[in-house]
Amino acid sequence: MNYINAHFVANTDSHNSLIKMAPMKLYGWAVSPWMARVLVCLEEAGAEYELVPMSRSGGDHRQPEHLARNPFGEIPVLEDGDLTLYQSRAIARHILRKYKPELLRSDNLQESAMVDVWVDVDAHQLEPIIRPVVFNVIIKPFTGSDCDQDLVDGSIEKLKKTLEVYEARLSSSKYLAGDFVSLADLTHFSFMRYFMATQYAEVVEAYPHVKAWWEALLARPSVKKVMAGMPPDFGFGSGNIP
Amino acid sequence: MAPVKVFGSARFTNVARVLVCLEEVGVAYEVVDIDFPTKEHKKPEHLARNPFGVIPAFQDGDLMLFESRAIAKYILRKYRTDEVDMLREGNLQEAAMVDVWTEVEAHQYNQALAPIVMECIIYPTAYGIPTNQKVVDESVDKLKKVLEVYEARLSEHEYLAGNFISSADLSHFPFTCRFMETPYASLFDSFPSVKAWWEKLMLRPSMKKISTNLHPKMV
Repeated sequence: MNYINAHFVANTDSHNSLIKMAPMKLYGWAVSPWMARVLVCLEEAGAEYELVPMSRSGGDHRQPEHLARNPFGEIPVLEDGDLTLYQSRAIARHILRKYKPELLRSDNLQESAMVDVWVDVDAHQLEPIIRPVVFNVIIKPFTGSDCDQDLVDGSIEKLKKTLEVYEARLSSSKYLAGDFVSLADLTHFSFMRYFMATQYAEVVEAYPHVKAWWEALLARPSVKKVMAGMPPDFGFGSGNIP
Repeated sequence: MAPVKVFGSARFTNVARVLVCLEEVGVAYEVVDIDFPTKEHKKPEHLARNPFGVIPAFQDGDLMLFESRAIAKYILRKYRTDEVDMLREGNLQEAAMVDVWTEVEAHQYNQALAPIVMECIIYPTAYGIPTNQKVVDESVDKLKKVLEVYEARLSEHEYLAGNFISSADLSHFPFTCRFMETPYASLFDSFPSVKAWWEKLMLRPSMKKISTNLHPKMV
């Protein structure tokens, strides 16, 4: 059990006591790739946390109680003492900055810059391509909508070009930001997890260094643990709709 | 020390995002234009800087970076002083709020606002593509909801991350600047705290200087 940043607090009786801070709370549904992005960081950091499950189909995220935490009405939300945070990458950075700063490389200007570059590459280059594939191929069949195959096909073509860049990068460095694992690698896991459950996984596997990097991610205990809460169909098949 | 280099013309929003940071920290820099008409951005020399063949790219000595928000973080981190501390990485709570609102800019605000800029200005002037009014109307609806959240935030805090200016505020600058050239600029009138925040930002020397390059006849 981790004692997290035990607090030196003066109480009203004027004697000081060390208290154990309450564990952080993470609100959301574990199948969400945004949620899983944060869960992986919590697990990597070995931080103590409580997962507060919410129901997407029940509209919990649109209720006033949740809007008070996140006015954008989304998950995940992290409560850490007085701090209430949203946006998965901001939450991830906070957790790592507090508990495992080596995954951000904050003490090294060049390395931290490379971490930031590849976190943003995932956000602005890769995720916008794979997210619509996951949505069309996995989710739409369950919600009775038609897969937009033209969109999927176009996304796969874009993906190949993007993966060429990743392949070149991972041919010259073990991980994305350098020869050290970092948030840049971890942040990729959650959306890729679902993409790799589709028939298009072979597109990624055609790039040997990307494939090896992906398999190395999958081998991490943090990733294995979080993946256990991420059935490849988001729970739709078993009736555990988020 | 050789000045840092920014690759990409100052008239582009993502380049401007980086330039504003350089102006704020007061560091010497050189802007190297990348010629789009001759597809310079897709040629090997530029791909070696930015393998995605887009702009900006950024060079500081041996270090070559891309992704404008990552470049911004590097600049603000390296050239941080007690007076100019836009990331607040020495304070967990403040740094977290900077990160939240930097992500909000990228994933909530820009998602709603950038399409209006693209449809109203960029596509017609640079590509001769007519405005898709449906996209604009949907984006305006989204933007109104986002601005409601911003109004609540900025009515309680002077700046987005708290009572201090940060990279979160700076990051809004380039696209918002161009948005103010569209017919939808008056949207901000319904959100007085947001409008006041924007007007205060535009008084900053960095913003005044960089905005002069963001109003070309051709993008």
